[in-house]
Amino acid sequence: MASIEFVRVTKSFDKQEVIKDLDLKIEDGKFTVLVGPSGCGKTTLLRMIAGLDPQTSGSVLINGKDVSRIAPGQRGVAMVFQNYAIYPTMSVRENIEFGLKNNKVGKAERTELVESISRAVGLYDYLDRKPSTLSGGQRQRVALARAMVKKPSVFLMDEPLSNLDAKLRVQMRIELIELHKKLGTTFVYVTHDQVEAMSMADTIVLMNKGVIQQEAPPDRMYRQPSNCFTAQFIGVPPMNIAELGANGVKYGFRPESANLSAEPGDELFSLRGRIATREMLGSETIYQVRSGSGAFMIKCREDLFAVDQEAYVGVPADKLNFFGPDERRIEARDSSYRDYLEALRGQRHG
Amino acid sequence: MDKKRLGELFRPYLMIAPAMAGICLFVLYPIIFLGYLSLYDYNLMNKAKSKFIGFENFAEIFSRGDFYKSLSNTVIYTAGVVVLTLLLSLVIAVWLSKKSKFNVFVQAGIFTPHVVSIVSIALVWLWMMEPNLGFLNYVLKALGLPPSQWLQSSESALMSVILVSVWQGIGYYVLIIVAALQSISPSIYEAAALDNASKLKVFWKITLPMISPQLFFILVIMTIGSFKVFDTVKVMTGGGPNNATNTLVYYIFENRTTNIGYASATGVVLMMIIALLTFVYFRLLSRRVHYQ
Repeated sequence: MASIEFVRVTKSFDKQEVIKDLDLKIEDGKFTVLVGPSGCGKTTLLRMIAGLDPQTSGSVLINGKDVSRIAPGQRGVAMVFQNYAIYPTMSVRENIEFGLKNNKVGKAERTELVESISRAVGLYDYLDRKPSTLSGGQRQRVALARAMVKKPSVFLMDEPLSNLDAKLRVQMRIELIELHKKLGTTFVYVTHDQVEAMSMADTIVLMNKGVIQQEAPPDRMYRQPSNCFTAQFIGVPPMNIAELGANGVKYGFRPESANLSAEPGDELFSLRGRIATREMLGSETIYQVRSGSGAFMIKCREDLFAVDQEAYVGVPADKLNFFGPDERRIEARDSSYRDYLEALRGQRHG
Repeated sequence: MDKKRLGELFRPYLMIAPAMAGICLFVLYPIIFLGYLSLYDYNLMNKAKSKFIGFENFAEIFSRGDFYKSLSNTVIYTAGVVVLTLLLSLVIAVWLSKKSKFNVFVQAGIFTPHVVSIVSIALVWLWMMEPNLGFLNYVLKALGLPPSQWLQSSESALMSVILVSVWQGIGYYVLIIVAALQSISPSIYEAAALDNASKLKVFWKITLPMISPQLFFILVIMTIGSFKVFDTVKVMTGGGPNNATNTLVYYIFENRTTNIGYASATGVVLMMIIALLTFVYFRLLSRRVHYQ
């Protein structure tokens, strides 16, 4: 088990800075998910922990110890790659065993470890098979077993589920959560899929363009996004955000926070619009409502409206978010918060 | 109805007929004719005087010392060329596998001899290997090393021919191995680094098995090619001195006019040897070659 710390880390590729002066602490034993759009630097961070692409400046600490000069194989970390990176010429057993052999683990112990791990991930019957004869899900398990068998203090995973089909992905998600619970080690997981992040993480680290946007548990990330980017990255559909029309301030609300009704309600924010599109998803229906101040996505439990129908969108005061001109969240305790609420009340039915 | 079915039955054969005609005419017929000739005391001037003699030609082959001499020369030549080329091209390819402008330049340089005609190359080397005025001895002397007789001594002649063949062929094989090395996913090496594998272990356990299909291909192709070596020998030594560089194909060539039946029989023997060797390769090495 180990904590990980980045101290003023900068990484450049060909003189172009991808990450600049980044500080981050990843807690011991937590399932931390690094999430963000592609090219945001999340994989770069992961590879720095592994030592595959060392930082240009600054230091990476594992368990308080600077590992900048320690080779990847000696950092006590294991990694699951996006394409699994299984050794194609070795059997499943040899794949799992390779790291142990290099670490000079005795034969008897090795065999025992390989067999117990392969039983745990359901690969026992496939130990003498070549990877090319396995399915995608089984290869994924080989990659996991190869990482687990080394008993690392940190598990690094680089979009490990992105090559699996949708059904298997959901199943593996649950298995990974259980695995983390069982092992209790530090997991660092990289994904661009916010659903994966929300479902598995203890802590989400949301990045964009090499900068950490917010670092919080999933519920806080969802309910109190610290800026417009977070608000619109997390959640499907993302948060509705529109200009308030005063001081460059924006207001926003989640699609499911709004009530859609035929008559104007008594909520603080109310808006008249026309249903532009309707997506019936079974348990819920998503409407796009167009009005003078823009288009809003509204998620309803009931399927009451049809396209081109006129409807009122109402949002209660406690579900509204405000973002300043710098796109940062304006907290409710802030003195200007009340003014913006009033400004929004003044725009009723806009 | 019946006519239609008949048409369907014959259509595929009709489709492949042109290709099959080509194969029959240019592959099967020459081989069969070679076998036919090998059983005759064939007279090129007067066909009527040709005489069927059964396996006498073969009996003669296996009782003549010069056949064994050229066979052993061929085996030594093949072993030398194959081993040296494989080892050197592997080493050079590993060195050149990183993509950089310098490496591309070097690779182009190494490949150039492959573009040049072997006859021109042999002539240039013949000149360089001249014992008194040649460039190679000049270099050796300059370095304070004893000069060599190169092609003019029966001790060093075969080695000299091997040297030229290796020099000419290496660029092509480097190209194949570099391509193989570059096709290995870098994440596999990263996984190995995280598995704490030493460089040597990575090479033996990952790199070599990953490029084994290409190495095996080179081994087979080069063995077959080397067994059939002719042009270098013809231009550089003419089989001499004292039969020191006489190889099987050159031996066949020497006998082509005086005794075509005997030459054909030797050709059949050569074909058998190559077939046997290829078969042995596949049996021995197929388990070590990892196709994906």
